[in-house]
Amino acid sequence: MAKRNLIDITDLTTGEIDELIATAEDIIDSPAKYAHVCDGKQLATLFFEPSTRTRLSFESAMLGLGGQTLGFSAANSSSTAKGETVVDTVHTVSCYADIIAMRHPKEGAPFAAAQRSEVPIINAGDGGHNHPTQTLTDLLTIHREKGKLCDFTIGFCGDLKFGRTVHSLTSALSRETGIHFVFISPEELKLPDYLKENVLNKNGIPFEETASLEAVMPKLDVLYMTRVQKERFFNEADYIRLKDTYVLTPEKLVPAKKDLTILHPLPRVNEISVAVDDDPRAAYFRQVRNGKFIRMALIMKLLDLKA
Amino acid sequence: MNIDSIQNGVVLDHIQSGKSMDIYKYLHLDQLDCQVAIIKNAKSGRMGKKDIIKIDSPMEVDLDVLGYIDPNITVNIIRDGKRVEKKHLALPEKLVNVIHCKNPRCITMAEPQLDAIFLLNDPEKHTYRCAYCDAEKQRHF
Repeated sequence: MAKRNLIDITDLTTGEIDELIATAEDIIDSPAKYAHVCDGKQLATLFFEPSTRTRLSFESAMLGLGGQTLGFSAANSSSTAKGETVVDTVHTVSCYADIIAMRHPKEGAPFAAAQRSEVPIINAGDGGHNHPTQTLTDLLTIHREKGKLCDFTIGFCGDLKFGRTVHSLTSALSRETGIHFVFISPEELKLPDYLKENVLNKNGIPFEETASLEAVMPKLDVLYMTRVQKERFFNEADYIRLKDTYVLTPEKLVPAKKDLTILHPLPRVNEISVAVDDDPRAAYFRQVRNGKFIRMALIMKLLDLKA
Repeated sequence: MNIDSIQNGVVLDHIQSGKSMDIYKYLHLDQLDCQVAIIKNAKSGRMGKKDIIKIDSPMEVDLDVLGYIDPNITVNIIRDGKRVEKKHLALPEKLVNVIHCKNPRCITMAEPQLDAIFLLNDPEKHTYRCAYCDAEKQRHF
């Protein structure tokens, strides 16, 4: 089988995503069936940028499949600190592991690494660019909450400029039918033009942009909140000015639909009040749990393994 | 004004008037030892004015670079004083190490030894996007 990577969510067809979701749901129902699928296999997690959730989710996924993990969780504990290029680091690790999940602060680093790696590369986040496994997590969660991946209105709120999860999910949902997109952000953090032009306009997909969460709340079926990420700003003053633009509270949810699904890629800072956590519409911790299962399904697919 | 015909070499015709020096630079013609003639503002029935470059030596022309600079250029291959081939150009689907990404967050800015790869994004708008970070680049010639 030719080496497959997951760099961008569009590396997977919608049919393959449906298969991954089906596998993940089967893993949720029958985890024991999958407990030894990856016996003898090793996953390397190369995190050149700090992460708790994604790295542990990958490691938990591999352990849940019976495999083992190795890797590092910060650039200063790798040969990068000695000046090694990302391509050389990944090429070296690809001699030890069967599959690599990597996060890097620079956009396109996983694409560069995949050119020389001898084993499949999974993009676990590259700067503000893409985060396809978060997107798979989001899609699985929407599927489990709504029972479908079509015909709904989704609002993305917060940092849509640097929010890589927003970019990947927008690309993925643009291939489904009947999705209406609402982008809620301050002027400075609007969705990049290349996504509007190349993904939405090019495919005739309707969308609207607004700065007011309150104005669009009643029409939303899914609300995807994001954090304004300090590490994406060159200028701290801009971060401070924009970080508290949107805070979701129980009061703001009063006009929302009763079956709204609230998602957040986490971690949150203060953009969702903890008082919202007990609302049954808050799906973001169920979303975290789903992340492990969809990554299990993805690892199996890229290693061409079946239960 | 008369410029001698060439016996064996390449004639780049239908260059947009005033752009011949850009092509001279991008094709590194300054590194050639043979005669190179640059004709600016020649009369053209189709274009009004055009530039022409005559290279008096057989050489492999980088058609991707040329197509990127100006897809309307025609490349004439001359052997024994006669044109033996006429190549029409198009915007190339892929550019490698022709243009570079200016996105400060792109990995190619941090690790410049990587090939700079751009893919044709919109042929009508003449836009390319970086294969690494998706940053868009407008053809600026």
